[in-house]
Amino acid sequence: MNRWTEKLTFWRIMFVIILAVGMVAGFRRFYLGLGATTGLSDQVPWGMWIGFDVMSGVALAAGGFTLSALVYIFNLKQFHAVVRPAILTAFLGYILVAVGLLFDLGRPWYIWHPIFFRNPHSVMLEVAWCVMLYLTVLAFEFVPAFFERLGWGKAVKVMKIGTPILVILGVLLSSLHQSSLGSLFLIVPNKLHPLWYSARLPYLFFVSAMSVGFAMVIVESYLSSRAFRKELERPIITDLGRAMMVSLIFLAVLRGQDLIGRGSLGYMFQATTEAGLFWLEIGLGIIIPVILVAIPKIRSHPQGMFYAGLSAVLGLILNRMNVSITGMAAKLGDYFPSWEELSITAMLVALGFAAFAWAVKNLPVFGPSPWTGTVVITPALETERVARQAELQPARVSIQ
Amino acid sequence: MDRQRALLIDITRCVGCGACSEACKTANKLPPETEKTLSATAYTVVQEKGDYFVRDLCRHCQQPTCVSVCPVGAFEKTADGPVTYDGDKCIGCRYCMTACPFSIPRYEWTSRAPLVRKCIMCSERVKEGKMTACSEACPAEATVFGWRDELIADAHRRISENPDGYYNLVYGENEVGGTNVLFLSPVNFADLGFPTNLGNAALPPLTWEVLEKIPNFVVASGVILGGLWWLINRRATVDELRHQTGESHPQHPGQSASTRTHQAGGESR
Repeated sequence: MNRWTEKLTFWRIMFVIILAVGMVAGFRRFYLGLGATTGLSDQVPWGMWIGFDVMSGVALAAGGFTLSALVYIFNLKQFHAVVRPAILTAFLGYILVAVGLLFDLGRPWYIWHPIFFRNPHSVMLEVAWCVMLYLTVLAFEFVPAFFERLGWGKAVKVMKIGTPILVILGVLLSSLHQSSLGSLFLIVPNKLHPLWYSARLPYLFFVSAMSVGFAMVIVESYLSSRAFRKELERPIITDLGRAMMVSLIFLAVLRGQDLIGRGSLGYMFQATTEAGLFWLEIGLGIIIPVILVAIPKIRSHPQGMFYAGLSAVLGLILNRMNVSITGMAAKLGDYFPSWEELSITAMLVALGFAAFAWAVKNLPVFGPSPWTGTVVITPALETERVARQAELQPARVSIQ
Repeated sequence: MDRQRALLIDITRCVGCGACSEACKTANKLPPETEKTLSATAYTVVQEKGDYFVRDLCRHCQQPTCVSVCPVGAFEKTADGPVTYDGDKCIGCRYCMTACPFSIPRYEWTSRAPLVRKCIMCSERVKEGKMTACSEACPAEATVFGWRDELIADAHRRISENPDGYYNLVYGENEVGGTNVLFLSPVNFADLGFPTNLGNAALPPLTWEVLEKIPNFVVASGVILGGLWWLINRRATVDELRHQTGESHPQHPGQSASTRTHQAGGESR
C-alpha cells in the first residue's frame, strides 16, 4: 500500500510540473505566435500537434466505436465490461484533439467557421464536422455514467432508449472520421513517400484505427487495474487481444497488397530513413503484437497483453507521424518540435490521464454497467455512495 | 471555360533586375526590402538558378488544390483567372500549405492573428481590365500578361521559331491540370528546380472521389448497421423470452424498435 501511495505522489508531482511547464508554453504560443514557439515553417506547416495530438489522438480513441459496435450491435456481451472505459477514452481523446487544435490553428477563435462557411470539396471540412458531431455523440454516450453516479435512475433509463441510435451514429461518424484523416493526404501524391502514399489511405487509416482501438482498451484496462489494485478480467483481455491480432493481420494483408499493387514494395528494402521508419512502424505496430498474442502463454497473461497492446499503440503513433510528418520530410524539409510543442502535448496527455483516473475513481466506469443490469462497484465507493446506489438497485435488478 | 487571364514568363528573356518583385511589393503595400525566397511579405521573387533568373509565384491553377482543400472556402478561383484569398474566413489550419503542389502559400508566422499570403495575380487590377503590377513593370517583356489561350499559342510560336533556344515545353500548359502562370525555359525545367513529377492530372479529384461517396456510405451503412442491430438483438430478446416461458413463443411482429428496447431494458418483467 505504501509503495502505491508513494508512486501516486510521485506522479502527482510530475503532473503538476508538466502542467506548469505546459501552461507557460501555452502562454508563449499565444503571446509570441506560432513562428517563435514551434518548429513549424512555410516548408513544414504541419508538425507534432497535427501528427501526434490530432492524427494519433483520434486513432487511439477508436476503441469507443469498435467496442460499442461489438457489444450493442453485434451483441458480443463478453466485452460489455470494457465498453465504458473505451467510450471514456474516446471522449477524453476527442476533447484533447479539440483542445490541441486550439493551439495549432492560427486563428483558433474562428474554430466555429466550418459550421457556417462550408466547402464540400474539402476533406478538412469533413474532419471538422466529424469532430464536432462525434464529440457530441460521445458526450451522450458517456453521460449515463454521471446519471448513475448521481443516482438518477429515470435519466439512465431514458438514455438507454437512445443507445442503439447513438451507437450507430457513433460508428458511422468515427468510420468517416478515421478514414477522413487518411483522405487528407490523398492530395499530396507528389510529397508523401510511396511507402505511405496510397489511394487506399482512407481504408488503411480506418483499419489501423480499429485494431489500435482494441490495443488501447487493453493498455488502459491493465494500467487502471494496477493503479486501482483491481482484479483484471483475464478472459476479456485475452479476447481483446485476439480481436486486436485478427484486425492487425487484416491490416498487414491490406498494407502488403497495397504496396504490391502500387509496385512500391521495393522501397522497403532501400537503405533510406523512410525504409527504417517503415520497418520500425511495422515491427512495433504489427509484427511484435501479433507474435505476442499468438503465444498462448503470453495471451493469457495480462502483463504480456499489455506489452502487446502498448507495442501496437506505439506502432500506430509512428504510422500517423510517418504519414503526416516524416514521410514528407524528404520533399518538404526537416522539422523538429520545439519545447513548447512538446510540453503542450505532454500537458494534454497528462490532463487526459488525470481525467481518466478521476473518472475511474469517481464514476462507474469499469465493471459491468447498469446497462447490463449489474450493480457497478467503483474503487472510490464509500459508504455514502453505497447507500445511494442501493436506492437505485430496484430499477437495475429488474433489467436482468 | 471562359477565357482567362494569365502570365507568360520567358526565362530566356529575364535579366534578373527584380522590377517585378519591387512592383509587387508596392502594389500590395508590402515592406520594400528585397527577399530571396517567397514569404508572407514577398509574393514573388527572382531567384538565380545557375545562369538563369527564375521567378517564383503562385501558379493560379486551373483547378486549384488550395481552393479544393480549404474547409471554409477562403480561396476562390475567380472567373478572370486569379486565385484569391479571403482572410476573414481563414481559421489557420494550413491545409492549403500542405496540399499546394508547388508549395506556394506562406504564413504570417510572427503574427498573433496570422493569415496565409500568396500572389493573388492583382485580382482587383485585372478585374478593372489592367495588367498585373509585375508584368507592367517588366522592362524585358520576360513577364507578359494576356489571355491564357493566346499566351499558350504565343509560347509555342516562340519555341517553334527558335527550337534551339527553348526547352520544348510550356510549363503550366498541362501541369496539374494546367495553370494560369506559364513558363518558357532555355533548359530542362528540372534543372531550374521546377517540380517535374506532378503529372497533368489536377489534384482535387483525388479527394473528391472519396468525399462524393459519403452520402451513399452514410445511408447504406446506417441501414446495414441498424438492420444488424435489429436482427441480432431481436434474436437475443426472443431467445431470452423463450427461455423464460420455457417454450417456443413467436413474437408479435408489429412491435416498434423503441418499445422493444424499452421493454428489454427496463420493464420486460
